[in-house]
Amino acid sequence: MELANIEKLVEKYLNAETSLQEETTLKNYFTEGNVAPHLQEYESMFNYFAIAKDETFTKTLKLEPKKSKKRNLKWLSVAASVVLLVSVFVGKQQYDKNLQRKEAQRIYAQVSKGLELLSTNLRKGEQAVATLHTYENTVNKILK
Amino acid sequence: MNQSDFLKVVLPFKDKVFRLAKRLLVSTEEAEDATQELIFKLWRSKEKIADYKNVEAFAMTMTKNYCYDRLKSKQASNLTLVHSNYQEKETSLDKKLEYRDSVNQVHLLIEKLPEQQKIIIQLRDIEQYDFDEICKMVDMKPTAVRVALSRARKTIREQLIKKHNYGVS
Repeated sequence: MELANIEKLVEKYLNAETSLQEETTLKNYFTEGNVAPHLQEYESMFNYFAIAKDETFTKTLKLEPKKSKKRNLKWLSVAASVVLLVSVFVGKQQYDKNLQRKEAQRIYAQVSKGLELLSTNLRKGEQAVATLHTYENTVNKILK
Repeated sequence: MNQSDFLKVVLPFKDKVFRLAKRLLVSTEEAEDATQELIFKLWRSKEKIADYKNVEAFAMTMTKNYCYDRLKSKQASNLTLVHSNYQEKETSLDKKLEYRDSVNQVHLLIEKLPEQQKIIIQLRDIEQYDFDEICKMVDMKPTAVRVALSRARKTIREQLIKKHNYGVS
């Protein structure tokens, strides 16, 4: 490509009047080296453009992280409700057991109190019987 | 449209989306996140995009708008762009190029351009879209696109000359 032609294209390029084809011509000229000294600044420009186009997106694309996040939340709430249910159930059981035990203790105390009363009364009766016994013995001795 | 159809449509231009995002957002991580997010968005509206003739142009428009939103929310929350991985890219450029200084300068100069000119120069000089497509993507009239492009090219050239002369003298 003749230098005069390139100069003309550069002029058009600066005014943004070049077509893509003409810009490719310029790009080829300026990236091949052998650039006329008074056009050196374009060399850096076009070289930069060429390099900048090589940059790529290197990470892998993930299409549905949002969904998995939602699913996690859903599972989390399910797990939480299960834990709540279980804990309520177990708690209720423990409470009932506790109540039962208290009830049993109360009944036991009542029963033992009753039994004690009975035993003291019985003992009274026994003493009375014992006195009676002594009395009977004495009577028997005298009558003999 | 199932997954493999979708990927067939999307994969050819995912790099372009990524490069445009990076041009606007500067940081590689940001651009990767943006690309990922945009692909989701496309995937979610996959029923709709089956009807579009030019999914690529639609995706580029989405990218532009998404990046604008990101930039705006950043300004609002007073965060600055992260340049941490910027150096890394420079070194890979270094290896590739003899004229690394002036070439890197082009990168920095484009970064200083107004957003609109950045997008247009990205779409035209790097991705080599034709004017009709660019007009659709950025929603501008052809003359306005040409004016912006011309301005961007002239600015870069002038700045390069200035730097070059400064270095010489």
